[in-house]
Amino acid sequence: MRLTPIKSIGLTVTAFLATSPALCDKPEDLYFGEAVYYANQGLYFEALERLDAEFAQHHEVDEPNLDSLFPHIADAQFSLGDFELRYRMHHRAGRAISAVLEGAVDEMVRNDAAYRLARIQFQKGQMTDAMHSLERIDGRVPAAIEDDIEFLRANIHLAEGRPAAAIAPLENLQHSKQFAAFAAYNLGIAFLQNGSKQEAIAQLDRAGQVSASDPGELAIRDKSNLVLGTLFLEQGEFAEAATHLDRVRLDGPYSNQALLSSGWANVSAERLERAIVPWGILAEREVTDRATQEAMLSLPFAYGRLERHGRAAMLYGDALAAFDGEIDKLNASIESIREGRFLAALSREEIRKDKDWVIRLRSLPETPETYYMMELLASHDFQTGLQNYLDLADLRRKLHTWRTNFDAFEDMIAIRRGHYEPLLPDVDASFRELDSRIRLRREQHRMLVKRRDDLLTTPRPSLLATRDEQLVLARIEDLEAGLADAESPLADELLRRCQRLRGLLTWTLETEYHERLTAFDTNLRRLDEAMTVAQAQYDQYIRARQAATHSYVGYDRSVQRMRARTNDSIATLDRLIIRQGRLLEIVAIDELVARRSRLENYGDKARFALADSYDRATQAQARRENP
Amino acid sequence: MSRLDRALLSLLIAGGLVASASAEKLSGEQMRSLDGQVQEIKSDVLGIASELSNLEERLLYPSGTQIAIFVSVPADETFRLDAVQIHINGEPATHHIYSYKELEALQNGGVQRLYSGNVPTGGHELSVTMSGKQKGGTEFTETDTFTFEKGVEPLALGLTLAGPGLGKTGIQIGEW
Repeated sequence: MRLTPIKSIGLTVTAFLATSPALCDKPEDLYFGEAVYYANQGLYFEALERLDAEFAQHHEVDEPNLDSLFPHIADAQFSLGDFELRYRMHHRAGRAISAVLEGAVDEMVRNDAAYRLARIQFQKGQMTDAMHSLERIDGRVPAAIEDDIEFLRANIHLAEGRPAAAIAPLENLQHSKQFAAFAAYNLGIAFLQNGSKQEAIAQLDRAGQVSASDPGELAIRDKSNLVLGTLFLEQGEFAEAATHLDRVRLDGPYSNQALLSSGWANVSAERLERAIVPWGILAEREVTDRATQEAMLSLPFAYGRLERHGRAAMLYGDALAAFDGEIDKLNASIESIREGRFLAALSREEIRKDKDWVIRLRSLPETPETYYMMELLASHDFQTGLQNYLDLADLRRKLHTWRTNFDAFEDMIAIRRGHYEPLLPDVDASFRELDSRIRLRREQHRMLVKRRDDLLTTPRPSLLATRDEQLVLARIEDLEAGLADAESPLADELLRRCQRLRGLLTWTLETEYHERLTAFDTNLRRLDEAMTVAQAQYDQYIRARQAATHSYVGYDRSVQRMRARTNDSIATLDRLIIRQGRLLEIVAIDELVARRSRLENYGDKARFALADSYDRATQAQARRENP
Repeated sequence: MSRLDRALLSLLIAGGLVASASAEKLSGEQMRSLDGQVQEIKSDVLGIASELSNLEERLLYPSGTQIAIFVSVPADETFRLDAVQIHINGEPATHHIYSYKELEALQNGGVQRLYSGNVPTGGHELSVTMSGKQKGGTEFTETDTFTFEKGVEPLALGLTLAGPGLGKTGIQIGEW
């Protein structure tokens, strides 16, 4: 009887812990929002690039609390960790979240950070650290992650081989909206690992009957029934085993395994006719599946036990032909991989745009090898290696594009230099002249403003005299100075006339003072406006002048440095891609060789069984003819 | 039980246990060692990307003339945004046709940088045309025109696009 070890099918469910991409409220920070936009499309490199740049800018500002990222800083740090994890940068992932934990943040935010960090550590396989992070959770916890924390805690205990400690948190999750089905199954496994077989059976029975509609939950229900059926099979309770195995959906991911085990349960219970039904269904399924291949041998085996050797011989013959065909296909696949077609197919852009691209690979006529590698393609290590290979290829494409951009940048800089350098000396000379004039006017303007301000506090009418009046006043002063020492009646008369004239002028200045001050102020305000326009034009010129220089000066070294870094990275990438590609090919070929060996082995058995069945059929016929 | 039966059973029992052990060993050890180097190069390339973005911005969009236009969609919106077209001062600046994935990314809180360019300081006119389908399948096109002032600092404008409704315009603009 075939006993599938519990360990291989009884693995606890942990993949569910991976969260969906950052689905947050619309951020007020556009650049964080831009990172989320890319992440939501699965473009994690672009998302990380934007978010890294935004964080760098945030840390450079003088007053970070006024930056638009500030209100979202915790969310952004969580997202950074998520994006890094999704881009398979486990070494970096978690650093930003640790920063939240160390910062002075609200209790709920800190607890959320502790959970997220624990989840990252769990995915990295750092179970002790993950548990330590969970232990930091204290006080209020966001309601949305309460169940997630318990589920993670239970999974850490299970991964650490402490099933007894996992039981309590899993029991708490039995009515969880999000985790009920998964927790029910994991609780059964925890009981099983803890040696509590009866509790495990009761729990798996419950998990195998939960009402579910979600494909993930349905799969877990099937898995519970498969594990339970296998347990009963191990205990020799074949009828009970068949009951549970028959509960597994015929179109679910565990149906092949369940059909195979169901057949063996019936054979073991000596119900051979009933074993033929599941094996008959299974033998008609995809021939590359291991369970199907086994069923192709098991089915004639059952017919043989029923003394229907002719039918058995025919089915052994069919199996043999199928195995030979598959061996040919495997040989072609191994050759195809050696010729590099496998990696070329995996790198095809249009395939990878489909989220079910691994499944779609099967439909490609030029990649027969993928028929046999669905299990391998789905394994964690191979997936990581394959994703790394694809990521490296993407990075290389990016770097090659950038390298071309550097040439364009240098052309652009050279064109700008060629345009500006001949013009700038003349422009600068004109500017120097203009600059000295504008400085003079600015000084004059400043003095006039000062005079107006002085007049407002200390009125001095003479300062508002017109040019003619000033000339007249100066002439009067000259005349008065000339007449000062003269002693004659005429001189006295002239001096009186001068005083009358001065009086007349003073009268005019005094009586018109306010009117003149108002006019002076009005004119000065107009001048202010003109000066503002002149200053703006001056500033604009300065900016344009600086922009002209900045458009081509100071880039040479950074472009050279970046080109060197890019070239170094391309060289590293080339090396890594070759190594990663070869490794994938080796692993793929190893897998195919192992599958071929198995088929060859099956073929040998089928040949032997075929001959044996013919002998028995012949003997039976002889007995019938000569009783 | 016959010799064949026993052989068959032993074969079948062993079948599930021999899961290409050599391949797993290889993938487990060598792939993990390569993974560390892959992560390092990813970090390096991200650093180059960041420096390159900075260089591009300085070269192509100097701060004195830089303008960036972003697009977002309110979370509760059910309309299907098909395309957006932008004119600045009557001249076509950019247009974008949305894929389902992009629209979903916007509806889930993403903000798209629709346009980066240069305009001189002073007043300008921005015309935005969006077209799409309402929940009931009715096609619609809406155009709105706004004015904005470009100062000496880089300017970021955010467009919030919503399906047309009674008495409200579907295109809102804000400055960041």
